[in-house]
Amino acid sequence: MKFDVVIGLEVHAQVNTKTKIFCGCSTEFGADANTQTCPVCLGLPGVLPVLNEKVLEKSVLAGLAMNCDINRYSKFDRKNYFYPDLPKAYQISQFDKPICIGGYIRVGNGENEKKIRLNRIHMEEDAGKSIHSDDPAVAKSFVDFNRTGVPLMEIVSEPDMSSASEVYEYLTNLKQTLKYINVSDCNMEEGSLRCDVNISLKPEGSEKLGDKVEIKNMNSFKAVKAAIEYEISRQTEMLEDGEKIVQETRLWNPDKNRTYSMRSKEEAHDYRYFPDPDLPPVICSEEYISNLRNSLPELPEAKKNRFTAEYGLSDYDAGVLTSVRQLAGYFEEVIKLGINPKKCSNWITSELLGKIEDAEKIDSFSVRPASLAKLLKLIDDDTISGKIAKTVFAEMIETSQEADDIVEKKGLRQVTDTAEIEKIIDDIIAANPQPAEDFKNGNDKAIGFLVGQAMKLSQGKANPQIVNRIITDKLR
Amino acid sequence: MAIDRKTIERTAELANLHLTENEKIEYEKQLNDILNYVEKIREVDTSAVKATDYIEEIKNVFREDVILESINRDEIEKIAPEFRNGHITVPKIIE
Repeated sequence: MKFDVVIGLEVHAQVNTKTKIFCGCSTEFGADANTQTCPVCLGLPGVLPVLNEKVLEKSVLAGLAMNCDINRYSKFDRKNYFYPDLPKAYQISQFDKPICIGGYIRVGNGENEKKIRLNRIHMEEDAGKSIHSDDPAVAKSFVDFNRTGVPLMEIVSEPDMSSASEVYEYLTNLKQTLKYINVSDCNMEEGSLRCDVNISLKPEGSEKLGDKVEIKNMNSFKAVKAAIEYEISRQTEMLEDGEKIVQETRLWNPDKNRTYSMRSKEEAHDYRYFPDPDLPPVICSEEYISNLRNSLPELPEAKKNRFTAEYGLSDYDAGVLTSVRQLAGYFEEVIKLGINPKKCSNWITSELLGKIEDAEKIDSFSVRPASLAKLLKLIDDDTISGKIAKTVFAEMIETSQEADDIVEKKGLRQVTDTAEIEKIIDDIIAANPQPAEDFKNGNDKAIGFLVGQAMKLSQGKANPQIVNRIITDKLR
Repeated sequence: MAIDRKTIERTAELANLHLTENEKIEYEKQLNDILNYVEKIREVDTSAVKATDYIEEIKNVFREDVILESINRDEIEKIAPEFRNGHITVPKIIE
């Protein structure tokens, strides 16, 4: 029997503000436990939460970037439940009037393009972090409230995805957009991006949705993909054996590569949402929204399309260059200085990216765009060969010197003087009579060896095209 | 709307309250009295009144994203039932 897979995601992205959503405590990661708290985020009686204006601004920006409608009237609600890392016994969230509604993220290309619809984006506060003792004799959990009140935007998709790879692409595009507009750092290891997956299977073509399972606890996009693949095969096997899928929350175990039931006590889920009387409603004016809309930078998708159309780059190369905003900026700085876009793109993707750890930090890379442009010009006007340029580039990274200085100092200028090259080739032919003879007799492959020898003798400085031509002239 | 025993038990469960039998009887009566009293409000004609989430008319109260000093951890230790290695200590949550 064949099944359709139905997947929806809930993504929690930490909004990258300096302070928490309702108080002035720092959100800096890695502080000592319970050193970034105050009466407001600890939920002590008599305090008044006040919304951080940047959280609103960044949430609206995210909504605009993801094609959502911005609610002109939005409000905060209390979501009531008991848990030790939730000191107020309620979480301030948004229920029926979230800041953004609708919207979509595009995945796939051309004919396979698909819009994954969003249900909503809402603002809320994070809960604290608990560590559980492994020692049965201790039987304690330890709570750190530093995360409590850290601003989150929850991005809820419709159940529009049908495979692990589609989810992977959705997450990649989502993360790229959030980073482009600088509203979240999206660091899964630090918990600033978390993803819960809702997944169910139904008989192929059936209208009725199957019983769904929620998967949590994945700390990378790869883990999300693996967890979904595991869950699809688990549920398929169960359904084929006529078993019933239990609606439950399952956790991903990355070491065993499987999901397992959380087996929590059957909690009474009744959040009893009601408007938080401490937080007045948020009204977004047309002017506020249009100012934010105008401040949006060019988004990844638009930039990629422009790179292919304007610069004639391949879809793949344009995708690599625009995957990180800073990298795309660097590329455009270089070509602004008169460098051929394709050559520049090739250099960046095949040479430069291998030399840096994190493309987002390219703004602090020792070779600035103007210097790279100078280097690429030297290749273009035949001053140096592409091969020598790699050596020069390595030296530039090391010493921050300009390409032409390195070329002069080390005498790396390409030899284009035919008389000089001819002399080298005469020596090579004399020293390698057999390959020379082979080439003469029509073995085209033999020239490779001779060119290689000539390049070696010239220490890479001879112009390979000229070498090629002269050998051919001499022997044929 | 009348409050029955089941509603009392459910409400207590959600509020994490452990009620004795006598308390359940007592609260069932008290809550019913309160609801009956509030029932009076239904006599007001509200057909022309728009539903509202807030009684005050204030809106858009924001703060700037500026770091303020957090409190000293010792202050938390003073009010926490149990405190160990900088953490508030509670009975183990998951098995």
